Order: sequence, then C-alpha cells, then structure tokens
Amino acid sequence: MTTTFSARGAAPETARPYIEQFDRLQGELPGAGLAWLAELRRQGRDRFAEIGFPTVRNETWKYTNLRALDKLSFEPASPTPRAGIDTLPTVRPAGAQGPRLVFIDGRFHAELSSTAGLPEGVELLSLADALRTKPDFVAEHLGRLAQPDDLPLVALNTAFLTDGPLLHVPQGVAVEQPVEIVHVTLAGDRPSAVHPRTLIVAGTGARVTVVEHHVGFGTGADLANHVAEVFVADEATVRHYKVQREGTESFHFSHAAATVGTNGHYDNFILTTGARLSRNEVRSTLAGTDSSTHVSGAYMVRGGQHCDTSTFIDHAQPNGTSREVYKGAIDDTARAVFQGKILVRPGAQKTDGYQINRALLLSDNAEIDSKPELEIYADDVKCSHGATIGELDEDALFYMRARGIEKDQARSLLIGAFLAEAIEEIADETVREAFQEIASGWMASR
Amino acid sequence: MIEIKNLHATVDGKEILRGIDLTIRPGEVHAIMGPNGAGKSTLSYLLAGREGYEITEGSVTYYGKDLLEMEPEERAAEGVFLAFQYPVEIPGVANTTFLKVALNALRKHRGEKELDAMQFLKLVREKTKALGMSDDMLKRAVNVGFSGGEKKRNESLQMAVLEPKFAILDETDSGLDIDALRIVAEGVNALRSPERSMLVITHYQRLLDYIVPDHVHVLAAGRIVRSGGKELAVELEKNGYRDFGANEAA
Ligand SMILES: Nc1ncnc2c1ncn2[C@@H]1O[C@H](COP(=O)(O)OP(=O)(O)O)[C@@H](O)[C@H]1O
Ligand SMILES: [Mg+2]
Repeated sequence: MTTTFSARGAAPETARPYIEQFDRLQGELPGAGLAWLAELRRQGRDRFAEIGFPTVRNETWKYTNLRALDKLSFEPASPTPRAGIDTLPTVRPAGAQGPRLVFIDGRFHAELSSTAGLPEGVELLSLADALRTKPDFVAEHLGRLAQPDDLPLVALNTAFLTDGPLLHVPQGVAVEQPVEIVHVTLAGDRPSAVHPRTLIVAGTGARVTVVEHHVGFGTGADLANHVAEVFVADEATVRHYKVQREGTESFHFSHAAATVGTNGHYDNFILTTGARLSRNEVRSTLAGTDSSTHVSGAYMVRGGQHCDTSTFIDHAQPNGTSREVYKGAIDDTARAVFQGKILVRPGAQKTDGYQINRALLLSDNAEIDSKPELEIYADDVKCSHGATIGELDEDALFYMRARGIEKDQARSLLIGAFLAEAIEEIADETVREAFQEIASGWMASR
Repeated sequence: MIEIKNLHATVDGKEILRGIDLTIRPGEVHAIMGPNGAGKSTLSYLLAGREGYEITEGSVTYYGKDLLEMEPEERAAEGVFLAFQYPVEIPGVANTTFLKVALNALRKHRGEKELDAMQFLKLVREKTKALGMSDDMLKRAVNVGFSGGEKKRNESLQMAVLEPKFAILDETDSGLDIDALRIVAEGVNALRSPERSMLVITHYQRLLDYIVPDHVHVLAAGRIVRSGGKELAVELEKNGYRDFGANEAA
C-alpha cells in the first residue's frame, strides 16, 4: 500500500509496554537461537517501537479507531493447561475425523491435533516445532510476504510470533479433505495477547483447502494478532476459509498475504460474527500471468461491534482475474468498514477485476463505511466496483408475516437470503454449508 | 364472524376509509366492487395488518377478537389470508421454503404436527398440479421474475396450501387470461365451505361469473354506497360506477 507511517521521534506511548515485554521475553520465544529469526524479530520490534499502533490519522485506518487498546495492557498469553474444551468447531459432519491443528491461547496442542489422512509428502505441523526440525524451510518463507514496514500490527506480530500452523503441500499433490486450523482463546484473568503466524506453501500444481476457526470461550478482553503468508505456486490452488467467532470483548486482527503464480488460484473467504473490534486485511498478489483470486466474505455484527475488512488485490501480471463479493448485516450500534483496493500495475493487460460490497443496515444506528479504490496503470483492463447500502424490505416483511411467519423468522429469512449471495462464493460445498449454518445461527441468536 | 363497524382510516392525514360497515358470516362470499382509488386495497391491507394506516374510528371484530390489535402473523395464524393485488418479490427465498415455513408456522399455532420435507412436497405438488403450475415455479425465488399471471396463481397456491378461514382476494382476477381465471376460480370454489368466509375484491363482474357471491357491495370514496345480491354485479357491469359519483377509471 502507498501509505506511509511517519516515525514520530520518540517511541509512541502505546508501543512502550509491548517493547518492554519484548526486550524481557525475546530470549524465551521459539527459535530464539536462530540468528536470522532474531534479526527478523528485531526489525519488527524496531518498526513497532517507531510507529506504534495505527491511528485514524493514517489513511488506511481512517474508519477504525484503536484507542480502546490504550486502556488495556495485554500480557503475552501464557501456555494454559487444557481446560473445558469438549467440542471444537469443525465443518466436518459429526464424528468425522480429518487433519487439524489446534492452538489454545496461541500454543499448539498436540493431543487435540491430528495429521491423519494427509497424502504422503504433505507436512502439517506447528511453527514452533518447524523452527526446531526444519528451520531452513521456515527461513525461506517466513516474512517474505508480510513485511512490517507499513503494517504496525504485522511488525508487532513479527517481533512476538510464537506459534501457528505450517502447511506444506508439495508439487503435484492434491489434498482432498479440508485441513482445519482451530484457534481457541480461553478466558484468562488478565487481558492477554497472542501473535500467531500461519504459513501455507503450495508447490507447483498442488491443491489444498484450509479452514480456520477462531473461537473464544472467554469473556475477557483478549488480543489476537494473526499474520498468514500463503504461497501459491504455478498451477496451484489454495482455498483459504476462515470463520471468526471470538468473544464480544476481544480484539481480532489478521493480515493474510498471498502470492499467486502463473495459472494459480487463491480463494479467501472470511465469515465474521465475533469480536468487539476486528480487522481483516487480505492482500492477494497475482504475481504470475493467467492467475486468479476470489476474495470474499460475510460479516454480521450487532451490539457495539466493529468489523473492518480491508482488501488489496495487486494485479502484477497480464490476464489476471480477481473477484470480490462482500455482504454484511449490521444491527444495533455496530459499525462495519470495507476498504477494497485494486491495483493494476503497468503491463498487467487484460486484467479483469470485480468488486462489490453490499451492506444491510438493520437499525437506525448501524453504520457502514465503504471505500473502494481503483488504481489502474494498464490500458486494456476491465475493472468494476460497487457498494450498496440497504435496509430490510418492509413490503417483503409484511408479505411473509401476512402468511403467518413470525417477525423474527421473517427477518432471519430475509437476512439469510441477503448474505447467501456472498456465502455462495465459497467453492467448497462442505464449507459453504457449514458457513451458511453459522450465519443462520447468528440470526437465530438475536 | 367478521364485523367491520364504522371503520375510518387515514394515511398521512388523508382520510381514505370513511366509515365502513360490513358483516361477513361463516360460509358467506361477499364481493366488493368499486372504481380505482375507492379504498378497496386499503381495506384489505388493514384487515391483514399492514402498518402505515391510522385508524381514527371504528372496529373490526374477528370471531369475537379485536382484529386490529393483532400482529399480521397472529391474524394469519387465526385464519386470515390476503391474496395481494400486487404480490411481493422476495429475492433469495425459494418459493417452497417460504410456503413450508408459513404452513408449519400455522400448523404449530393450531397445535398440529409440523410437516417434514417429504410430506410437504407431496402436499404442495398436488396443489400445484391442480392450479396448472409448473414445479419450476416452486424452486424459484418468491415471485421473482414471475409474470403477472404467475404471481396471481402463486397467491392461489398459497391460499390452497394454507387453507384460511377468512380469505380476502384483492383483484386476483387482474392479469389473468380467461383460462387462468377459470382455474384460479375453481381453486377458490374448492375452498368454499360452511366454515369459510371470503371477501372477493374485483373491478370486473367477470370473476363473479365463476365465484358466485352471496352479497355484492359497491365501495366508492371510502364508503359502501350500495349493497345487494349477485344481480348488482351485472347492473354495475352495464352502467359502470358513474352513478356513485366516482370517476370511471380503467
Ligand atoms: N400509502 C399511501 N399513501 C398515500 N395515499 C395512499 C396510500 N395508499 C393508498 N392511498 C390512496 O388511497 C386511495 C385508495 O387507494 P386503494 O385502497 O389502493 O384503492 P383501490 O384498491 O380501491 O384502487 C387512493 O386515492 C390512493 O392514492
Ligand atoms: Mg386496489
């Protein structure tokens, strides 16, 4: 992004506690003995010390105010003993097993995890383990796509990164079952912070579907600051789905950066119902010719929730296709933000870009800020974007009620029909149905 | 029994219904005819519970209950059904889903067991066939992309499935060709029973050749200005509404 954060001389006040924590803890972080990692962490630390948390003065954070973070002092989450987790979220049918990694308060939980059913050659393990067993592979990928310069939260994650999933699907291998990644936040006494890092590496012609679940079992003010780096080689397909249902006091940030090779394909879909404040950044770079990316999502917020979606599609090569379909339902005094940037670089001819964000305001006090941004430097391209804001159709509501359907159910049906248009973008049927059900659950829980 | 007494209603301060009195007993079919703008649709919306009207005077008693106090869904549950003059399109909601949710809501209210997907499909297929509708119309979103005639048939289908106690048909004949009209009328006649009442609103006498009413009323400028037997419809067809001080539109 073109945004620049200016260093403000002395370390911003907001950064100080985190820097002190880092300086105290750095020796205990995973991979502490690796010189390259220590250097990477130091870069993250220094950058964060310089810029601190973003403020609304920054163009890309204009609509999302992080002031609420100032009042809370987050401690790095300490490894929690497994407690009270009977059922973990899944998109699989009841009782079905499949590959999954579970992280509790940011730490890998081996007992609840399984790599069973993965084809030969596929590696699925925790990043902390990978730093011990295959540091060179990690070094090749970590920090390559998500760089701290203009991204304060990525800088913070880079300093503190502790654990997270690493998935490597080698050349030519197709993984049929979705790989599930479960991030659980447990209730702690004090506000705690986690900084997980996800690495997904798909070799030439590889295919894989990843489903991330983010759930909170606590009611505390926790901070989850995720960064994912996704490498999609030539001819490869990665479908990357996420559902975020954290507690309504938590803060959830994520930055997913993908690079897509020639004829490659990257899908990203995020379903948001949770967190007091969330921001999902998705950055997909079409780095090879004839590649494509579908970046979509559905957000449903109520109460005082704030949900920010900021996407950046970077068309760097010719014949690329991008498609973005976002839909949101916003109730009470909740607020949503959608910022969608499409960049078509010089030479990226025959680019086809499409972007739409449609929001449904369910109360007079609900709010949406939509900001599309097209930056086009090639002349033979087709790019369109749109944003709409609507309310529930009163005539349709009356029609349904006149047939005996209760008001709440009629509303749910209408909201569901509205959101379905985004959820239908999910290519994987199992995931699509599971997400549809979660959306229905949101409406029913009103 | 439905008793409408001295009903006055305004929209945005404008008086549209200016004292309606009408009593409909179980088993009776009443027809309301009248020029455009007379207040026929307003009356039907009011009976179904649409918001946006201010009732300044009068009452509606439905089998002993104050109908005007009830929510639209409660009225439907108690057997009130309005076939809309302009059926509403609901993108993204399949016609079958809509019908099934509606039917099961009513069954639940009546203390009957909800139908499962198979039972429902069987029932709805039967009714669809009887109305000469295609299965395809069931899969499509409610009224979306339906022709005028298809929308009216869809209203008839809903009525056939929901089996109301008091059906209000607001110009169900408009937009139908003669064959469709006959089919829809047959559907309505099949529902006629000593327990059911109907209020058939129409602009033309044609429909009343098929659905023969017990009473005919003329509504003009927000009032019932004349009532009579089915022969009144014939007279109106001949002379129009001129005699009632209304301008002859459409
Ligand atoms: N929502 C409304 N706002 C303002 N005027 C209305 C509204 N609905 C109906 N009217 C007016 O009320 C009168 C009666 O309308 P309506 O009941 O639709 O007549 P009919 O069905 O007999 O043709 C008309 O003059 C119409 O313009
Ligand atoms: Mg009318």
